[in-house]
Amino acid sequence: MHKMLAAGVAVMALAAPMIAAAQDDAPTGGSMIVTYNDDVSTLDPAIGYDWQNWSIIKSIFDGLMDYEPGTTVLVPDLAESYELSDDGLTYTFHLRDGITFHNGRPLTSADIKYSIERAVNPDTLSPGQGFFWMIEGFDAAAAGEADGLSGIETPDDRTVVIRLSTPNATFLHVMALNFSFAVPREVVEELGPDFGRNPVGTGAFKLTEWSLGQHLILDRNENYHIPGVPKLDRIVFEVGQDPSVALLRMENGEVDILGDPIPSARFVEVMENPDYEGRIIEGGQLHTGYLTMNVQMAPFDDVRVRRAVNMAINKDRIVRIVNGRAVPANQPLPPAMPGYAEDYEGYPYDPEAAKALLAEAGYPDGFDTQLYAMNTDPNPRIAQAIQQDLAAVGIRAELLTLAQSTVIDAGGQPNTAPMIWSGGMGWIADFPDPSNFYGPILGCGGAVQGGWNWAWYCNEELDAKAAEADAMTDPARGEERIALWRDIYLQIMEDAPWAPIFNEQRFTFRSERIGGEDSYFVDPVHIPVNYDHVHALDAGQ
Amino acid sequence: MAAFLARRLGQAVLIVAGITLITFLLMYLIPADPARMIAGRNAPQSTVESIRQQLGLDRPIVEQYLIYLSNLLQGDLGRSYMQRTEVGELLWSRLPATLELMAGGIFFELLIGIPAGLAAAAYRGRLPDRVIMVAAFVGVSAPQFLVGILLLYVFAVELDWLPLRGYGGLDNLLLPALTLGILGGGWYARMMRSSMVDVLRRDYIRTARAKGAGAGRILVVHGLRNAILPIVAMIGLDIGIFMSGVVVVESVFGWPGIGQLAWQAIQRLDIPIIMGVTLIAALAIVLGNLLADMVAPLIDPRIRLRA
Repeated sequence: MHKMLAAGVAVMALAAPMIAAAQDDAPTGGSMIVTYNDDVSTLDPAIGYDWQNWSIIKSIFDGLMDYEPGTTVLVPDLAESYELSDDGLTYTFHLRDGITFHNGRPLTSADIKYSIERAVNPDTLSPGQGFFWMIEGFDAAAAGEADGLSGIETPDDRTVVIRLSTPNATFLHVMALNFSFAVPREVVEELGPDFGRNPVGTGAFKLTEWSLGQHLILDRNENYHIPGVPKLDRIVFEVGQDPSVALLRMENGEVDILGDPIPSARFVEVMENPDYEGRIIEGGQLHTGYLTMNVQMAPFDDVRVRRAVNMAINKDRIVRIVNGRAVPANQPLPPAMPGYAEDYEGYPYDPEAAKALLAEAGYPDGFDTQLYAMNTDPNPRIAQAIQQDLAAVGIRAELLTLAQSTVIDAGGQPNTAPMIWSGGMGWIADFPDPSNFYGPILGCGGAVQGGWNWAWYCNEELDAKAAEADAMTDPARGEERIALWRDIYLQIMEDAPWAPIFNEQRFTFRSERIGGEDSYFVDPVHIPVNYDHVHALDAGQ
Repeated sequence: MAAFLARRLGQAVLIVAGITLITFLLMYLIPADPARMIAGRNAPQSTVESIRQQLGLDRPIVEQYLIYLSNLLQGDLGRSYMQRTEVGELLWSRLPATLELMAGGIFFELLIGIPAGLAAAAYRGRLPDRVIMVAAFVGVSAPQFLVGILLLYVFAVELDWLPLRGYGGLDNLLLPALTLGILGGGWYARMMRSSMVDVLRRDYIRTARAKGAGAGRILVVHGLRNAILPIVAMIGLDIGIFMSGVVVVESVFGWPGIGQLAWQAIQRLDIPIIMGVTLIAALAIVLGNLLADMVAPLIDPRIRLRA
């Protein structure tokens, strides 16, 4: 098995340059302007954790693993290959030769060890700390009781050996997460907390200028380890740009990519404008918007009530409320996620059946309850639609639209929020694996004070199945593992702690002068676009 | 004068300290946990706890406030929770744009408000007065967002006279400042009108009229100097308002002012930034008022500053 896997990796490692070669006719050079409403918060890969800095960090830094552009297929990146021991516990990564940081220093295995340990070190205050739980020595390191992770060893400059405390099939995804990206120790130690403003990585672009509240400039890293990448010489991020003004500027030909979504007020008009045909690319998102029902609070402790709610909500109408920028959902996983059950039909929209179920549960006249939602558009409108649908079957829900942090806090308190509409706080996957939709939001581990499992749903049997699935590290059992996950989510729908509402779709608006595969503009792990691979059509002119 | 200044500055320190205390307590009362916001959704409880400990959020509120105050006295506003950058640096980087917009906004407010108010007072009760007062009312009540987008659309998109995007030269400043001028000008016009109407009733104006002074001369030379004091006080207040940021106008025009910083910080529950912005705003309001008080005797020599 050991050898077989190594062979498989060799094929994958070869596949990446071939893909790059196939697009080498795309011109390199030129520049692109991207607009954002908010200023970029930080570019420190151990700290940045919002959708805006997430992709910029991916262009400045690299990890051992990455995804093929435009897909969810894992490929080695800083590593050229890796092996997994027969017991599924020890990964050995071999680093590529000749990789240097933007400051010219060559990357070594010690940098990989340092970078992961830094994310785990409690002094770093990294929101990614918990992702590394499966590495041996995590508990002591995370508590600050050990100097580093005993599970990471560097026998020589180009080899990193990582031992896990338990086999885990998502580990390679974790090695592709921003939190594991390589940072140069000497720069981090020199700059301290200011590293996030002056990032130095090994990525396709390097930060040249950052004028707070105004713009950031990224320039091509001439020494990037993938030949022909990036395509662009320069990306300028203009921040503090209101989305409606950014749209006017796009129509004026002044900017190339709208970082924020197209404003709803003009969405339909823009979509129907024949001039923009082919310039707005639609794609799925690893996102689900859902309504949680607190299974520890009556009457939602009765599964019949939860199923009735699932049947009471008209999801098509809610999709219309958001201008069709979503598709109705019937299960926790989004369609773009491996493990999504194509043939599952979910609960039908059937208010009569919902009423009958409520009567059966002992609520022929319905009941009074509360619905929490975030206070930014379109969430109050969506919550009102849910409120009306529930009223139609007799459930009188009082609407509480509050600030994001307040809703999150209520969700994490026991017996506080009977129902929460997740919009604006919904789950967008950290990495494209079905397990990422379980633990914190549906597993027993998240159903604690301060947790994110707002339904307080805890099914020990499913927790055991989830652990079983994630212990299947043998790639030959990959399909079996995904099938197991699929069953877990369908079982969850039987218990109905959530009413899944919709999966958001992305619509990326680009200027006429920016090109590339459509998949680069709706890349599942890069939002809004894959900065490294899109190109300027007027490059070199 | 010196005694007056010393006393007022002493009051200012107390007011600012009081405001920091109130803001601090409010932050503490919000049912939300900054440690959890930093830790993110994937963090186990132990991570949240260690973040809380690192930031000192697990200590009693009084102790936290005293630590904040003692850092503040050393000129340390702390570091942003989300950006990890020093709050002082973040505020400093927003200062030039904020001051520019303040100057531009007040300039247009006066340019629009004072003549409009004077004209309304001169034609009191007649058509021009009514037209101006209705216009002022519309200006005051129009949403900033609408006026801003409208101006942008007309001058930057349709006519293409001015740039669409935010910050840089005077041509960039024109539209956001004009937006603020249209909105705030209405207040100034109303204030100017009522103050001037008051002055025009006085005896010395009647005397001036009797001596044959023209209407324009009466208004500008005789009346304005006495009627302008409330306007000066209002400018002092405006300085404070502008320094705490004009979120909507900044956002429409992509203006990198303090308002955008504050708005993002509130959304992210970034308490050190919120505290910093509050502090700046409080200082600006206090200083703006002080400035207005100090200018008053220059305009009206009967006013004496007393400690």
